[in-house]
Amino acid sequence: MKRTAFLNARLIDPAANLDAAGALLVEDGKIADAGPRLFNDAKPASADIVDCGGQVLAPGLIDLRVFTGEPGAEHRETLASAGESAAAGGITSFAMMPVTDPVIDDAALVDFIKRRAAANAKVNVYPAAALTQGLKGGQMAEIGLLQEAGAIAFTDADRTIASTLIMRRCLTYAANFDALVIAHAEDPHLAAVGHMNEGAFAARMGVGGIPAAAEAIIVERDLRLVELTGARYHLGQVSTAAALEIVAKAKARGLPVTCAVSAHHLVLNEQDIGEYKTFAKVSPPLRSEDDRKAMVEGVRSGIIDAIVSSHDPQAPETKRLPFAQAAYGAVGLETLLPAALSLHHDGGISLIDVLRRLTIQPAKLLRLDAGRLAKGAPADLVLFDPGSPRKIDPAEFRSRCKNSPFKGRLMQGRVLRTVVGGQTVFSAT
Amino acid sequence: MTGLFARQHLLAIAPLTRHEIESLLDLGAEYVDLNRQISKKRDTLRGRTLINLFFEPSTRTQSSFELAGKRLGADTMNMSVNQSSLKKGETLIDTATTLNAMRPDIIVIRHQDSGAVALLADKVSCSVVNAGDGAHEHPTQALLDALTIRRRLGRIEGLTVAICGDVMHSRVARSNVHLLTKLGARVRLVAPRTLMPAGAATWGAEIFTDMREGLKGADIVMMLRLQMERMTGSFLPSQREYFHFYGLDREKLALAKPGALVMHPGPMNRGVEIDSAIADDIDRSIINEQVEMGVAARMAVLDALSRQLPNAERKI
Repeated sequence: MKRTAFLNARLIDPAANLDAAGALLVEDGKIADAGPRLFNDAKPASADIVDCGGQVLAPGLIDLRVFTGEPGAEHRETLASAGESAAAGGITSFAMMPVTDPVIDDAALVDFIKRRAAANAKVNVYPAAALTQGLKGGQMAEIGLLQEAGAIAFTDADRTIASTLIMRRCLTYAANFDALVIAHAEDPHLAAVGHMNEGAFAARMGVGGIPAAAEAIIVERDLRLVELTGARYHLGQVSTAAALEIVAKAKARGLPVTCAVSAHHLVLNEQDIGEYKTFAKVSPPLRSEDDRKAMVEGVRSGIIDAIVSSHDPQAPETKRLPFAQAAYGAVGLETLLPAALSLHHDGGISLIDVLRRLTIQPAKLLRLDAGRLAKGAPADLVLFDPGSPRKIDPAEFRSRCKNSPFKGRLMQGRVLRTVVGGQTVFSAT
Repeated sequence: MTGLFARQHLLAIAPLTRHEIESLLDLGAEYVDLNRQISKKRDTLRGRTLINLFFEPSTRTQSSFELAGKRLGADTMNMSVNQSSLKKGETLIDTATTLNAMRPDIIVIRHQDSGAVALLADKVSCSVVNAGDGAHEHPTQALLDALTIRRRLGRIEGLTVAICGDVMHSRVARSNVHLLTKLGARVRLVAPRTLMPAGAATWGAEIFTDMREGLKGADIVMMLRLQMERMTGSFLPSQREYFHFYGLDREKLALAKPGALVMHPGPMNRGVEIDSAIADDIDRSIINEQVEMGVAARMAVLDALSRQLPNAERKI
């Protein structure tokens, strides 16, 4: 039996509302024990010892929104490189978006991703499958068969289903299998003519705008359909105060609705596009400062359930272009933790509440037996120094792509060690 | 015998009483026996004219009515829409009044729109039989199904009948729910949510979206045809997924009562809603028997209606 003892740690387990000095014991890939009094009297016998040096030991982060390039665009990211990048970011599990070539809309492809990830990725990869075949917004995907094959959720990822009728049928059918639907909320007709948030800044830059209403319109539509169908609905990324208000009302009515926010929407606003920086071109677009503040408030109040990286690796040939022609997307696996920690350092949100939205909350959403430091749970852990200052240098990223909007930014938080199933998959040198 | 059934038309099961239904079934049972004899001919409808007016293609229902009319001695005529003046722009009601002027005694009508048969019945002086209107009712199908069950199991009261599949588009399901519940059966509706109409829970049947649960302990498994021709806008992802979760195969049938009987109104989509091995299993499938009962049930309906015609010789 392989045993590893993590001593001298600051244990933070949001699921148990625990934030205390203590120790944790891993046996055969699972958490055997954890708590403030563990090993107070005697050192563990016959176990490898990790001295945590008083740093934070928490459940490994769970990221609900990651794009890779495998299969089909391996030059952008493979499952292996995404796994390396995630491990370096303290992320032990992620849901993978089905935007691949071919699209993950067939049970055999779900099986392919699971096998490839098990063989090549250092962290747990949970493939999400397409909600409609080919992500085309028409014929629904084989939700039942895909779910049996192991698809964790159903989503057209970065596309909104334009037809209200098709969306209704998809939600009705998903409810039939109690499947989680992850939606992208952006009215496709309004968004088609824009590239950044609509407003004075976009007008001055001469770039077509996407109004905040494009998000609110679809969220309102979708939540009416949730009420009609009873489907489990997760808004993949909320970016506007208007949409958040609609989600809050739906939650108050008891609808099965959750939402997440991307790290970059918590930290950056439209002004960070600066001189047409395409690394800051993301979908939905970076919004106004008022919207950004509303997102931080949403995390604080709990209306926002999870924080995600929206990791979307783009190669230079899709980013080194005029702003309007450049692809959407930003890498984020290795900046998720420091970006989220800024809510603690600058936003006054407790560390345990920030971590709650990165661990147990996304785990519950995906119905994973992870995201907590409980006995018997898989030993997926992150050891990090929450205060350590750093300047973000994408050249250090393990990801194959370096398109980070946080490039050169001063942030706090450094991952020291990442453990998946009891195995150390990343260790800071 | 049919003294309890005193209507000009048979448009739906919903308004019928249990006694009306039972009198039609009793009469149907007599015609089953007649149909098994060498001489199947009666002169009940001698001199009468029966028109089959089908706005939707049909093989078995139309031929079943035609045969029923002929065996009862009526002059029968088939009209299908591709020959009719409706193609030339005539309205439905004009077609009805034109036909009515030819003084038929009974018109059997199938139409793709719910309520269309009742609309026509309002405009004619003869009797009208609904041979299926949209997703509303198909009363003679429910009667023949009941006749089949009654002859096989001796009763309907107390049986558990699982009606499975495309409930949304099915007039067969609606007529059967009405008839079977009136006769005291426990009816279950089994369908994926996209094919279960909103409000089906108020029909007096139990609702299941998991077929395995819905089949548990059923005496009768009644499969519905997946009506792909009526589907626009993605009700289902694919036929293979539908068969996997809602197709009747040996494994799922094993959850029903041992020896449970399998029915299907036809035409079947083999490998979509029913496995061929089940459809052809002579111990379980009574699908061909349903076709036989169809002629008898329709003879009973035509007979009963003809007794109500204004110039009928009363033979009570």
